[in-house]
Amino acid sequence: MPLLEVENLRTYFYTRAGVIRAVNDVSFSVGEGETLGIVGESGSGKSVSCYSILGLIPKPPGKIVSGHAIFDGVDLLNCPEKQLRRIRGKRISMIFQDPMTSLNPYMRISDQIVEPLLVHEKVSRSEAFAKAIAGLREVGIQDAASRINLYPHQFSGGMRQRIMIAMALISRPQILIADEPTTALDVTVQAQILELINQRQKDLGTAVIFITHDLGVVASFCKNVNVMYAGRIVESASTDEIFGHPMHPYNAALQQSIPALHKKGELLFTIPGLPPDLAMDLPGCPFAPRCPHATDICKDQSPSLTEIVPSHRTACTRFQRGEISNLRINETAPAL
Amino acid sequence: MIKIIVGRLLQLIPVLWIILTLTFFMSKEVPGGPFSAERQATPEVIARLNAYYGLDKPLWEQYLGYLGKLARFDLGPSYTYQSESVNEVIARSFPISLQIGTLAFCIAAVFGITAGVIAAANKNRLWDYLPMSFSMLGICLPTFVLGPILALLFGLVLRLAPVSGWHGLNYVPFHPMIMPAVTLGLFYAAYIARLTRGGMLDILSQDFIRTARAKGVPDHQIILKHALRGGLLPVVAFLGPAFAGLLSGSFVVEKVFNVPGIGQEFIKSVFNRDYPLVLGTVAFFGILIVVFNLASDILQALMDPKSRK
Ligand SMILES: Nc1ncnc2c1ncn2[C@@H]1O[C@H](COP(=O)(O)OP(=O)(O)OP(=O)(O)O)[C@@H](O)[C@H]1O
Ligand SMILES: [Mg+2]
Repeated sequence: MPLLEVENLRTYFYTRAGVIRAVNDVSFSVGEGETLGIVGESGSGKSVSCYSILGLIPKPPGKIVSGHAIFDGVDLLNCPEKQLRRIRGKRISMIFQDPMTSLNPYMRISDQIVEPLLVHEKVSRSEAFAKAIAGLREVGIQDAASRINLYPHQFSGGMRQRIMIAMALISRPQILIADEPTTALDVTVQAQILELINQRQKDLGTAVIFITHDLGVVASFCKNVNVMYAGRIVESASTDEIFGHPMHPYNAALQQSIPALHKKGELLFTIPGLPPDLAMDLPGCPFAPRCPHATDICKDQSPSLTEIVPSHRTACTRFQRGEISNLRINETAPAL
Repeated sequence: MIKIIVGRLLQLIPVLWIILTLTFFMSKEVPGGPFSAERQATPEVIARLNAYYGLDKPLWEQYLGYLGKLARFDLGPSYTYQSESVNEVIARSFPISLQIGTLAFCIAAVFGITAGVIAAANKNRLWDYLPMSFSMLGICLPTFVLGPILALLFGLVLRLAPVSGWHGLNYVPFHPMIMPAVTLGLFYAAYIARLTRGGMLDILSQDFIRTARAKGVPDHQIILKHALRGGLLPVVAFLGPAFAGLLSGSFVVEKVFNVPGIGQEFIKSVFNRDYPLVLGTVAFFGILIVVFNLASDILQALMDPKSRK
């Protein structure tokens, strides 16, 4: 039994520009202590799918149109707000992309860090503060006892993200959702924060859902990966499989556009075109207009995520039919 | 902090000097004189009065004389109230405006902030539309309409408050300052409600509110603990000038309810060409505005950790 099982999640935004299908029939699951990566380019619905699970979608304009998210026998998408709130911050925590804006500038960090404890548990303030100081030490903040009384603007970006992590983990959650926690930080700090999350996960046995648009991060960090495109999961497998045997042209193209995974001398690949407008009704495969392998069937037939080998699912119709297998897009660099 | 406050208070001196100089020469430019209204007075009497008050001297001499007295905190004699100095007129009329203004301010702040917070917490729902429609009404309704309506309703129909007057009217249940204060405070309450709603909505859309929600913080705590402090910053900026405005009284409200406050004295002094009283009240209002603006700024700085060192 997985710890969290999301089924057929659809989250739409009803805006003046039309109905934006930000998350369109997404299913995935996370096991205890596991790390699941969710990758995809900007706007593919990574954040919205995770916010939906925790009830953090602004409603209106957002609406969860269908789906279930079963966590310990409770359907998070269809349970009373009160019940969901008891899980939020206690058993499932979240850290966000921008540590500059995600901490309250008007509150001391001490008051922010102890909040999950005070809201969810019967602890005294002094107990909570002691735990907060210990938590800050665990994320590598020196002088925790004195610096805990400072305000967020008195810390650097990397330090703030450490504070966010300490805050998210203070109640020992079973799942930590990390929404691009390193995107806003500079490269050296990024590595430190990744290492910290990794370490804390090992210490506490927390499952992590790691949202990123960086396949490189996924490779070093996650056990399983969902590749998202235009509000759908287009490929889902273990990390080894995702990199070793890509089964969706989008995944393959993404990998070819990572500089670090690139063979020397090969031209860096960019995916032509733009992601589709989510307010349009998309018949067929959403990636078809940009896909080098697309044929008429891709434009007509709506693909479904199907298991090809155990635990490896793809939403590429042609791959499912066995019409294509080698997804590498061959482009050779001009001779130097 | 102390340094900044002292600096700002010292700024008062040049500010007041500019205001008074402008007012002094502008009021002298206006045709007519302080004694022309008294038709019975013969030209000789007027000449004697002018000589008595020094109005026959050259303008610059009058101006320097005034500044000289001002340096000793003497605002001069009033022409209209022959037995009173300007200091005495202000000391008599300001406490009345102070009481009414303070009550009006409390009404405005309490109702305005409460309504604004409730509206923001219920954005685009009934409890947003309801207080906001009221506040629109409060902003649009002029005091000269609202005042008489209240006087009619509470004074004549319900007989809960005196229709007008001030002295010797302390009868229950409503003190005579209540209706003028309500009339005066309603506009400010309405305006503060809109400011509060705007400030709160701005804060409630910030990322850190989402963080708080992700921690499982209940909605009312999100409003009170996470949003209120930042959301009220623009309101606090307005509260100082608003309080100064309320304390300087309102001619219309004081006239409608026949209250002898400083607002009436100011307007009357202008019509009567009571130059020292005009200058005195203007200087007094100037001090109020500068001091309460400063109070606003200090409070804002205290509320925003980023501006503290
Ligand atoms: N409040 C909203 N109102 C309208 N549309 C929204 C709202 N929030 C998100 N969307 C839309 O939902 C889609 C998915 O957004 P989401 O934030 O999940 O993308 P993402 O994959 O997390 O991208 P990024 O890498 O930029 O964070 C986007 O097209 C976005 O325009
Ligand atoms: Mg995102």
